[in-house]
Amino acid sequence: MKEKEPIISVRNLTCAYGENVIVDDITFDVMPGEIFVIMGGSGCGKSTVLNHMIGLDIPGSGEILIDGLNIVSAQGETRLKILSKIGVMYQMGALFGSMTLLENVRLPMEEFTDLPLEAMDFIAGMKLALVGLRSYSGLMPSEISGGMKKRAAIARAMALDPGILFLDEPSAGLDPVTTAEIDEVIKGLSEDLGVTFVIVSHELSSIFNIADRVIMLDKRLKKIVAEGDPRELREHSDDPIVREFLQRKAWNKESI
Amino acid sequence: MGQSVNSKSVSMTMIPAGDRSLTIRLIGRLDAFSTGSIWREAVDGVKARGWEDVVVEADGLDYIDGTGIGLLVQLRTIQTERGNRIDIKGLRPEFKRLLDMFDPSFFTNIPPENTEKKRFLEKIGYASAELFSDMKSLVSFVGEIFSALSFALKKPSQVRWKDVYLVSEKAGIDALPIIILIGFLMGLIMSFQSALTLERFGAELFVANLLGLSMFRELGPLMTSILFASRSGSAFAAEIGTMKVNDELKAISTMGINPVSFLAVPRVIAALSMTPLLTLFFIFSSLIGGAVVMLSMGYPLTAYISRVFSSLNISDFLGGMLKAVIFSIFVAGIACHRGLMTGTGASAVGESTTSAVVSGIILIAVVDGVFAVIYYCLGI
Repeated sequence: MKEKEPIISVRNLTCAYGENVIVDDITFDVMPGEIFVIMGGSGCGKSTVLNHMIGLDIPGSGEILIDGLNIVSAQGETRLKILSKIGVMYQMGALFGSMTLLENVRLPMEEFTDLPLEAMDFIAGMKLALVGLRSYSGLMPSEISGGMKKRAAIARAMALDPGILFLDEPSAGLDPVTTAEIDEVIKGLSEDLGVTFVIVSHELSSIFNIADRVIMLDKRLKKIVAEGDPRELREHSDDPIVREFLQRKAWNKESI
Repeated sequence: MGQSVNSKSVSMTMIPAGDRSLTIRLIGRLDAFSTGSIWREAVDGVKARGWEDVVVEADGLDYIDGTGIGLLVQLRTIQTERGNRIDIKGLRPEFKRLLDMFDPSFFTNIPPENTEKKRFLEKIGYASAELFSDMKSLVSFVGEIFSALSFALKKPSQVRWKDVYLVSEKAGIDALPIIILIGFLMGLIMSFQSALTLERFGAELFVANLLGLSMFRELGPLMTSILFASRSGSAFAAEIGTMKVNDELKAISTMGINPVSFLAVPRVIAALSMTPLLTLFFIFSSLIGGAVVMLSMGYPLTAYISRVFSSLNISDFLGGMLKAVIFSIFVAGIACHRGLMTGTGASAVGESTTSAVVSGIILIAVVDGVFAVIYYCLGI
């Protein structure tokens, strides 16, 4: 299975806002079908890297290939083609407050497909069922909890069945049970649909639970300080930064 | 031969066998972008007759995604609901697993959405109740704001004067250009239009009387307040509304601070002090507009000025200023009230801003009517 081509390839990426360099010259690959986590402490540039990968920010230098196409330089049709391959869930869900959950999930289909309305409703219902929200489809985002909003946002990100989903802190601010529920949704989608996940997170329990592979960014070095299976890194990493991050928090987790 | 539909990347052939069974052959790529082209035909084709047997031959499909699976689930749901059979053949195991996740019973047991249409009378009832509760909350808000203002009078140090100055600058000084422009143009246009008519009677000079009286008594305070409502009232509602949406109001309340004295009182005081001044600016720029017309018609400035003030007395001036003060309380008050009543979501802020301007202007018109009656009775 080693001969698989990476689905996302980040090459020599430098992210900077003006003079302020956030990450400096990082390179990594994401393989198709894997759950890939970008982790690190607060302010290390996890979300910045994600924003660059989905084309919201323009990097100082480097390239980001998504399925072979460079999102950094892509314009017009090519850019739309790349965007049709990805779905994004933002930290707070970013659901449209004036629409029901069903309408939120239906929106990308209305804009980009020629499906009849009843088909869109049916499929939007299925997507909501996948994240366990089928019976809430008529509710407004303001009427549901934070965890449900995130799940609904995953359903919306999946509306057009993209091969890659980017999730920004899917479990931030949620209780352990809800976090576990979201983890299950992610694992289910990965196993059943073969979706590739790129997740930004610092929730260690969740990372150990779902991640196939992680990279860890460090605020001071502005580099990737570790890459690999998180469980192996926890046990065998000889880098003190990585050990401190994975073990101290892991220890905290057990003490809860 | 069966009916055949070809699209960008998927083709579907429907082959009926007798009256009882139908075979659907799918070839190509069934994804979010191609499924739409065959959905209607497939669903209508299966629904058209109560086929006892539907066979979907899926071995020709190279790829199928969630949307494509949706179509298969829909077909299966139709057949299962009618007690008929469906056989989906040749689907690759990974896709088969996905299909099996959606048990047809799952879709038939969805709680019905509340789509019951309200009857006309019922709608009137609801609307009246809503209006009544809106009036009630407005009355209680007026009470709240007056009690907060009287408290501020008793303890001026409790008022957030920094906010008062800031709002006064934004809603007062920054509004000067538009107030002066509109005032000047109104004076100019009114004088010009009335001069054209009065000229026929040789009474052009009375334009000055007309302009002076109407501006000081009526139009000055009215127009200034309407401009204030649309320029600054909307800003008050939007600002407080956004704070509400961002839970900032909850934070204020849980700190033990009264949102009305914290947010509404500084704005009302600022409006109270700025509107009379803006009204004066409005009136004087309209008089300058009138003067331009009169000068262009060959009348000396002194004649114009003496005409303007000969028809006015102090009660006209004070009456107009009192109106401006009262209007400003209503406009700023209702704008803050609408802001505080904002619902959830981005659209709620838009609604409360619109409502602040509309209610503000309606209130101005109503209160102006009340003033007209009172002034008439008092002989002012």
